[in-house]
Amino acid sequence: MPSNTTITPSTLSVKDHLWQIFWNKNRCTLCGRCTAVCPVQAIELGVFRKRVIESPMNLTETPSTSFKVYYGIRQRTDPAYACIGCAMCNLVCPNDCIAPMRTDEADKLKFHINRGGTPRRRGGRRNDPGGILDQIKFIRISMLTDPALDAGRHEFELRTLLGRVLPPEEEMNALKTGDWIPPVREIYPLIIGAMSFGALSPTMWEGLQLGVTYLNEELKMPVRICTGEGGCPPRLLRSRFLKYVILQVASGYFGWDEIIHAIPDMKVDPCAVEIKYGQGAKPGDGGLLMWYKVNKLIAAIRGVPEGVSLPSPPTHQTLYSIEESVAKMIQSMYMAWGFRVPVYPKISGTSTAMAVLNNLTRNPYAAGLAIDGEDGGTGAAYNVSMNHMGHPIASNIRDAYQVLVKVGKQNEIPLFAGGGVGKNGNLAANAAALIMLGASGIQIGKYIMQAAAGCLGSEGDRCNICNIGLCPKGITSQDPRLYRRLDVDKVAERVVDVFLSFDSELKKILAPLGRSTSLPIGMSDALGIADADAAARLTIKYVV
Amino acid sequence: MCRLFAITSETPLSPILAVEALDVMKEGHDGSGVGLFLRDLGGPFDEMKEAPILSGIFTEQGLRKLDQHMMDKGFMTKYKISIKVPKTPPPGVPKRDIYLIRAYELPEEWEQYTQDEIYEKLVEVRLELRKMGEAQEDMIVFSFWPDVIMIKEIGDPLTVARYLHLDRKELKARIIMAQGRQNTNYAINLYACHPFFLRGYSTMTNGENTAFIPIQEYLSSRNYPGYIGYQSDSEVFTHILHYAREKLKLGIDCYKHIVTPLQDDNLDLHPDADFLHHLKRTCRKLIIDGPNCVIGSLPDHSLFMVQDRKKLRPGVVGGKPGMYAVASEICGLDAIIPDRDKNKDFQPMHLDTVIIGPNRQEVQICRQTQPLHHLH
Repeated sequence: MPSNTTITPSTLSVKDHLWQIFWNKNRCTLCGRCTAVCPVQAIELGVFRKRVIESPMNLTETPSTSFKVYYGIRQRTDPAYACIGCAMCNLVCPNDCIAPMRTDEADKLKFHINRGGTPRRRGGRRNDPGGILDQIKFIRISMLTDPALDAGRHEFELRTLLGRVLPPEEEMNALKTGDWIPPVREIYPLIIGAMSFGALSPTMWEGLQLGVTYLNEELKMPVRICTGEGGCPPRLLRSRFLKYVILQVASGYFGWDEIIHAIPDMKVDPCAVEIKYGQGAKPGDGGLLMWYKVNKLIAAIRGVPEGVSLPSPPTHQTLYSIEESVAKMIQSMYMAWGFRVPVYPKISGTSTAMAVLNNLTRNPYAAGLAIDGEDGGTGAAYNVSMNHMGHPIASNIRDAYQVLVKVGKQNEIPLFAGGGVGKNGNLAANAAALIMLGASGIQIGKYIMQAAAGCLGSEGDRCNICNIGLCPKGITSQDPRLYRRLDVDKVAERVVDVFLSFDSELKKILAPLGRSTSLPIGMSDALGIADADAAARLTIKYVV
Repeated sequence: MCRLFAITSETPLSPILAVEALDVMKEGHDGSGVGLFLRDLGGPFDEMKEAPILSGIFTEQGLRKLDQHMMDKGFMTKYKISIKVPKTPPPGVPKRDIYLIRAYELPEEWEQYTQDEIYEKLVEVRLELRKMGEAQEDMIVFSFWPDVIMIKEIGDPLTVARYLHLDRKELKARIIMAQGRQNTNYAINLYACHPFFLRGYSTMTNGENTAFIPIQEYLSSRNYPGYIGYQSDSEVFTHILHYAREKLKLGIDCYKHIVTPLQDDNLDLHPDADFLHHLKRTCRKLIIDGPNCVIGSLPDHSLFMVQDRKKLRPGVVGGKPGMYAVASEICGLDAIIPDRDKNKDFQPMHLDTVIIGPNRQEVQICRQTQPLHHLH
């Protein structure tokens, strides 16, 4: 920087940035791939002037100074072009000569990502890699009186129920009288949670659907996937594969015109309808699809103009009261499919979840409750919502289960837990812990993006630009130049890998606990933790 | 592993017989306790089938509390067996004041009640007595039911039986269930000792039910006063049986469909698939996770044995018309009914429920894949 340059408040050095590019001149071939691939143009061609002192090895010539020019990579320091740490430069570099490094102290960049008075918005998860789920251990190992089972060879029934399960007396009675019995789906306990067509690229969406279909049709694993708020491609709506899909309706009602019109043509019923009231990543805030991603296709499916941001309201529209609206919406959705499709709400983790749950216990149509904890991921949200709002899932799901135990409705209103499950890669252990705390099933979103498509995002604030359509892996982009990087079939293959390995790991957890005939929902006696306060809060054993 | 022996016979038998069977099967159990359930009684009790019999262990003080309480309620003692024991119990057996077996006349005001109401009130009285004894541990109540006696104690089964003189002539029954171990999965407590009893239903179990906690939570939340206790993971088997029969009005062949339902592939092929899918879903919280072998007695004097899906516990049934026994070991059966046709012995497998009806003429085998007998 020249000495006479004006320093603005937002003038930052490379050192002030969260991610700092290290570039090795000696190995650089100047091929330009890194600058071409960088999704945010954080690096550019640098022309460097370098002073060279030449000291001759004799006494006749005097040392001289010359100036040379060389070319290389320069990191831009304007906050608008800050490096996001995605390391695509490293991925494409033929000589491994470039890589982003994380700063060794709190960065100064975060004080400046609000130009124009707009706070930072991003995708990803809460930037906190820790969490209670990884600390929970499975301590009730079957020994002697009930032998541990063989995870590889024993038969296991790892299924869960989605739908309102009547109390046995009522169900027996309804069978006799022919009364309506709520629809219940028997599904795999790991569900691919709501990620909309729009938030995800077409290749990612298709890959997920393909993988789920393969799991169902070829491997007989009844895995289900939720559409998220953004509708569903018309062909899928009219296909026999719709039964593997949970349709989501949220406060923006995007895509529902298309869905409603397709009902008469549907060959099969969808698995269920999820009414989204909240989301763990941005509790109390509506969905958000930023204008970058609203191209012609997305606009058509959602029934909106192209190129405008689509912020959904924080709540569903209502004329009288929200409770009435919830009840009516659940009922209307049941009616749309002739009371054959389970309808359940999804809320963000909150200390008020118990009030919601108590309401649902009195609503005979509520088919379940999905709770999304503070670590849930998103395609776009305000940074402050992601980092500071929301309730951890573990205690929320435990409280909810215990409320149900109190009123005797455990497993009758199945609870589905989501939000940061497997965020450190321990998917099966986290899922099993939540199931034993009381969840009937687990929803994952970010995990499947990471595992099935190679999403780079992390809780160390890496990448996280899902919101602006520049996903360097093509997972959350609507730009064909980016999403063609993602091979649909390979994504499907990875989805299958993920579910198969999850299934094996879950068995490796359940078999030593002596469980095989049913999913161990609420088997809290199997859990322990080396934190007395957490143990007391979750009513599990304190073990050291 | 517990040793189990149950017998149903046309002629009343002494409980010592069942304890002797336990002793024969002793290898493999630690002889840490004994539980006995007697039904369809012979001897003096044969003449008073309607009179509820209180079985339990009392201290002197507990007995005074009992007498006062029962008097207040209007119960009159009709008959009792006094078990006088030597001053010093054998090693490993605790010193007790009174082993009580006492038949009562029902209070006069109960005449207005229906049979069902009387049964519920008997459950209430038993639970009251149990609660009264909890604080000072001066009253332990096993059962309060017509035509049923229960005896439980810590110690070697045969030693305990001799100490209590269970071979006395006034103590005879046509149905006897015996179990030779104090429950050792949880704390030593007589309430944790099999068989368990609730409102006419009794079961004893081999094995450990790892799904105990969620099932216990579910039963406890049914708002039925009898669903308490749970000092043992096996107590839920009795309560699920009661729930299936009394609350859901299902036949005994449905019991196995509740505790270890068929897997979906097999269920789809079942003639009652639709009903059983509903049953499996709605009773999913009652699915056990064994290994367990359950032996039980029903109010209609049937005896049954059911294996769970894993079939990791032994169990055999055999006998001759008029006398059949179910046991955890064949040697137990050999010791008590040596003259039976051993070719007809049957070891139930993972799909089987074995039922010996009240007439004791044959062994009925219900395979889980067969059509249900009584849907309602």
